[in-house]
Amino acid sequence: MLMDTPDETLATAAAQGDRAAFGVLISRHYDRVQGLAWRLTGNTAEAQDLAQDIFAALPVKLRHWRAEARFSTWLYRVVVNAAHDQRRRQATRTRAADGWGDWEIARQDEIVAERARLDWLTGAMARLSVELRETVALVLGEELTQAQAGEVLGVSEGTIAWRMAEVKKRLRVMAEQEAK
Amino acid sequence: MSRDLDDLKAALQAAPTADPAAKAEALRLAMENFDRLQGSTDKARLMDDRPNAGRGSISGVLAMLKKLTSKPALAATTSAVALIAGMAVILPLVNRMDAPESMAADAVAVEEAAQPAPMDVPVASGTVVAEVAPMAKAAPEGAMTRMAAPESADAMLMEPMMEAAVAAAPDMLAPPMADTEAFANAPANPVMVTAETPVSTFSIDVDTASYAVVRQSLNAGFLPDPSMVRVEEMVNYFPYAYPAPDADKAFRPTVTVMPTPWNPGTRLVHIGIQGALPEVDTRPPLNLVFLIDTSGSMDDPAKLPLLRQSLALVLPQLRAQDQVAIVTYAGSAGQVLPPTPASDRAAIMAALDRLAAGGSTAGAEGIALAYDVAQGMTAPGEVSRVLLATDGDFNVGINDPEALKGFIADQRKAGVYLSVLGFGRGNLDDATMQALAQNGNGMATYIDSLSEARKVLVDQLTGALFPIADNVKIQVEWNPATVAEYRLIGYETRALRREDFNNDKVDAGDIGAGAQVTAIYEITAPGSAALLNDPLRYGSAAPATTGAELGFLRLRHVEPGATESQLQETAILPDMTKPGPEARFAVAMAGFGQMLTGATYLGDWGWDQAIALAQDARGEDPFGYRAEAVTLMRLAQALAQ
Repeated sequence: MLMDTPDETLATAAAQGDRAAFGVLISRHYDRVQGLAWRLTGNTAEAQDLAQDIFAALPVKLRHWRAEARFSTWLYRVVVNAAHDQRRRQATRTRAADGWGDWEIARQDEIVAERARLDWLTGAMARLSVELRETVALVLGEELTQAQAGEVLGVSEGTIAWRMAEVKKRLRVMAEQEAK
Repeated sequence: MSRDLDDLKAALQAAPTADPAAKAEALRLAMENFDRLQGSTDKARLMDDRPNAGRGSISGVLAMLKKLTSKPALAATTSAVALIAGMAVILPLVNRMDAPESMAADAVAVEEAAQPAPMDVPVASGTVVAEVAPMAKAAPEGAMTRMAAPESADAMLMEPMMEAAVAAAPDMLAPPMADTEAFANAPANPVMVTAETPVSTFSIDVDTASYAVVRQSLNAGFLPDPSMVRVEEMVNYFPYAYPAPDADKAFRPTVTVMPTPWNPGTRLVHIGIQGALPEVDTRPPLNLVFLIDTSGSMDDPAKLPLLRQSLALVLPQLRAQDQVAIVTYAGSAGQVLPPTPASDRAAIMAALDRLAAGGSTAGAEGIALAYDVAQGMTAPGEVSRVLLATDGDFNVGINDPEALKGFIADQRKAGVYLSVLGFGRGNLDDATMQALAQNGNGMATYIDSLSEARKVLVDQLTGALFPIADNVKIQVEWNPATVAEYRLIGYETRALRREDFNNDKVDAGDIGAGAQVTAIYEITAPGSAALLNDPLRYGSAAPATTGAELGFLRLRHVEPGATESQLQETAILPDMTKPGPEARFAVAMAGFGQMLTGATYLGDWGWDQAIALAQDARGEDPFGYRAEAVTLMRLAQALAQ
């Protein structure tokens, strides 16, 4: 029965101490959190660590759950903020961008076609600023609408639209450089 | 090969599937923490999830202290155990603790120590302890500012120290929770007995941040926490028309003795210091056009909101005859504020508040429009300047940088100058900024914080505020024959040790050209019914000194560039003069600040009296600051009920 219960109801119950609700909620969302973490960091190991940190802190975090947004939106925000904190701990943005480099190396043995595609992804993501990367991860990776992504990132829908236009522009520049 | 959003989407969708082992481990950990949280709701305040080896005790204490101070009643007896625990942990780190008489009272350092640290302070275990040490060291200085507090000496030392340590805590541990603001403050100065401590020494404070915080808080609909309120900054926020110094002097103190509005048994000694105003006094009227980038990339706390606050800082520097206009560029260029006299601050602030980021940067006529507006504002003999504020996107309508430079240079010859303010990081184009500003006869500056904005926009923009006196210290020696008790209102975080007055190595506040600084003492005559302290049974006999003087005021300052300080001395005479609106308004603000911090010494004097006093002393008030203060006081009165 719990399996059909909406996230929001489960979250409210879990925040009040319902163990079963919490269990269902976290198993339902682990893959999603891990996926977004990967899209934000570009590194499987880092994404796993980040997801683990997030889940370990989730019982406390849930106390701030106010059922004002959809649970998934709220959780996305938690993930984005956790990725922010992690990046801060890593001290520089450069190293965060390097994550995509590590990942690229780790995938060297993959099928050639697959690798070419991922190399391109790595290069493309590394060239975007953190804000743009977050936006892309949510809009393209998680398929959120621009309004939803704006809600997660705490910026206006217009800003998301601007960022996506900016991403398009940068991709075009990259394509031009590739063509040369 | 076409690489576009669809490719990026396809690539991102192909996220590696979750590793089952990692998933199981994360879920197990989550359940474990969930159970622990239900078991003891107080303990599971997860600061971070890393092992605590080596820092467990200090982080625990700091977490506990943080909780404690979030309630105002830190000094309450119930927290005595916690205070002692904190003492035991911090004590070994404070190498000066075992020699209390050598504690530096360089209160300036206290404030610096308590400034919010950069967000990305590492949380590594070793660093935390290292970070605590200097903070805790600064702490006893807070204790000195309290002078003779009624509590025991131990309590005196401990309590402010906790505050300093706690103020530092949120930054160091950076918990991902809300409410991590830290404010520098110390308990209110107590009443001092002249026979015991005749000399009061402090550094001037030209900061006004506290007033802005109070205003923000009141406008948001809640009373500021007393720790946010520094009374002297509330007073010094306002310009006062004190008598100007003689031509060869850097500043001039004016002392006014007046009846205390809140206590008929005491008097107030109001010390107003006016800095000299060099030639800038005769500067021509200034026309400013803010050309503001409101493209989507500006939607970042370090960009548009900071820009808005920064430009708000410029306004107090302008005179009533100056004019301001605002042009934005993003999507479409537009004039969001027509030329407006600088005295109409409400309209300018409202226009700044309306700015919102969004849309792409495509203002075809942004810079051209800004120059058009500037030229329309310029009358013979006036100076016009365009202030371009951007995060580096110079797509202002002229795409070729060389053409843009030429355009700006032409405009400069026509009498309109350009300055560039850079905000945020990421795509800041420093070289272009410099080039444009040089061509526009202006400065290119990068603004990363409000204090930088203040420095740039307040101290340099008008040239009205360059320091004319550094390290200004005030020392008052009270005459025990005429003053039995005294109390310095505010300046808790600025107290200096008596011997620091003559020590030029001890830093103190600076006075800018034309600035004013105010200090107010409340004094009680011997034999007055308003005396709070009983004479000592075994104390010394009647004071040896006689004479009518209330006290002796000494001021020290260092000329900019010099190393040796100069001394100015003035006797404080008891003649009561009818105070002018300047002194009365300063007193009203001191009353306002004290109302917000507990009103210990104000008796029955309340909001109605404070508001009436401020209202009555508004004077000319060309920029409406005082009117705004009266509004805030009414707001505070309503919120306090």
